[in-house]
Amino acid sequence: MGMTIAEKILAARSGNESVVPGQLLMCDTSWVLCHEITTPAALRMLEERGMDKVFNPDRIVAVPDHSVPAMNIKAAKMYQKLKSWVHEKGIKHFFDVGRGGIAHVVLENTGLVKPGDTLVSGDSHTCNAGALGAFATGVGSTDLAGAIYSGKVWFKVPETMLIKVTGAFKPGVTPKDLVLEVIKQIGADGANYMVMEWVGETIDNMDMEGRFTLTNMAIEAGGKTGIVAVDDTTRAFLAARGVTPDQYTEYQSDPDAKYKVVIEIDAGALEPTVAYPHIPSNGKVAGTDKIAVTHAYVGSCTNGRISDLREVAAILKGRKVADGVQMIVVPATQAIWKQAAQEGLMEIFVDAGASVSYPSCGACLGMHSGVLGPNDICISSSNRNFVGRMGDPSAQIYLASPATVAASAVTGYITDPREFIGSGSAAD
Amino acid sequence: MPKVHVFGRDHINTDEIIPARHLTTDVESELAKYAMEDYDKDFVKRVQPGDIIVAGADFGCGSSREHAVWAIRGAGVAAVLAPNFARIFYRNAINNGFLALECADIVSAFQDGDEADLDLKAGVITNKRTGQVVTFVPVPQFALDVQKSGGWLEYMKETFN
Repeated sequence: MGMTIAEKILAARSGNESVVPGQLLMCDTSWVLCHEITTPAALRMLEERGMDKVFNPDRIVAVPDHSVPAMNIKAAKMYQKLKSWVHEKGIKHFFDVGRGGIAHVVLENTGLVKPGDTLVSGDSHTCNAGALGAFATGVGSTDLAGAIYSGKVWFKVPETMLIKVTGAFKPGVTPKDLVLEVIKQIGADGANYMVMEWVGETIDNMDMEGRFTLTNMAIEAGGKTGIVAVDDTTRAFLAARGVTPDQYTEYQSDPDAKYKVVIEIDAGALEPTVAYPHIPSNGKVAGTDKIAVTHAYVGSCTNGRISDLREVAAILKGRKVADGVQMIVVPATQAIWKQAAQEGLMEIFVDAGASVSYPSCGACLGMHSGVLGPNDICISSSNRNFVGRMGDPSAQIYLASPATVAASAVTGYITDPREFIGSGSAAD
Repeated sequence: MPKVHVFGRDHINTDEIIPARHLTTDVESELAKYAMEDYDKDFVKRVQPGDIIVAGADFGCGSSREHAVWAIRGAGVAAVLAPNFARIFYRNAINNGFLALECADIVSAFQDGDEADLDLKAGVITNKRTGQVVTFVPVPQFALDVQKSGGWLEYMKETFN
């Protein structure tokens, strides 16, 4: 019987000819990604058991991102714990504050994770890297500790959901709108324990940044990971990072691979979509209701990339953030920050009255840099709108594309970005 | 006899179980003070050692933070029963030897404050008030093996030393 990409990777990494969903496997992990929130617990567990080694210091990537630069002494200690371990064990790939940013986005740009690889991290958005044709998934600190120690991780082979997307996006509609629509259709646990494999001409025509947005949010549907097959777009992205095809293995799903669910989406029928509080599956068309916002947030591992910032700048150029709205823009990495500066985007943000922050997870998970207060209403390009996610439990979070966030920041209420496309000073 | 705390809503997420603002510690007794804080801030005042949580579907969705398992275990919770669990929460439970038991009809079988008898060997939970007996999906053998070793890391240490 044919196999999917995910099944082929797991078979290869567990030394099996073939695998079937439900099978429990012991797999080699090609990479372990560590940040400062879930890694210190893993290190403590290992120390307590005298398991004081790492499987391969060249295969561990460490990127502090959630609570750096530290906002209090406890956070500073967690950062110190990660950093001292990195130095003690000779961890080769360390992207310190000032050299990194959000772990997932830093990693995707290093050329380290390659097609056919397996990757685990103590972070649920590890699925982001699936856009590279790798099998990447989030785990807890115990699994992380096990992977750091042995390079091994247990997996139950997941079933796969095939998502076929055809047609072209209308202007103002983006991959974020697509993924919010899919999560709306299947539900917040619609892909529980499944791989979400994206195929179709819309995906073929999509750049890597858009694909990362899709795979990043697999966890918001309960998915084990998202995945996109390698094609010329992937190859070119890797080549630009010095990675040549002889360094990786491309897997394609067999024509007779078995899928648990098949979903078909017409991209041309999509509208800018906003996920209402308090769950990412609660999508509605942007502008359906006139909802005043107090905060607009652009950033996160889902939508803090350069193309996202360009979309925001296109709308903010020559305009002002509405009075009473606090807008924060957080470039996902140091490199994206620099690129945005070189392209003049920073000037546009600042002139519009937005605050530009340093690369980090920022307020996406309510730890620092723009935490919401009681009853604040935020439109955000991030990935979760759970109660208390970005700060006070009474705050309301609406998820949307960067373009929708920018349009809403200008008007002061949740707004369809198409109102700003092709008109006014943003058109150039 | 353990009491049952019913959180009947589906999709109770890890941000509600242990908000990120408390993630600057990974000490279980510290995390326990804030268990379920953004869902029910008084839960930690009511819960007693050995109590059981009955919850709606997709319990533990969202973040991979194992702190969610530690917080509720630290607060005294012995088991969570739900129709199903989010994937990472479920594997974190297995790795910690914590009981996350899948049971389709569990929410309608209990009211908040009911006393229950949990029989792991028989794979049933009995509502002592109504006498209703509910069957749950047996704990997988793999999870039992991990539990027998004392947790995933002990299992790992034995296997890959």
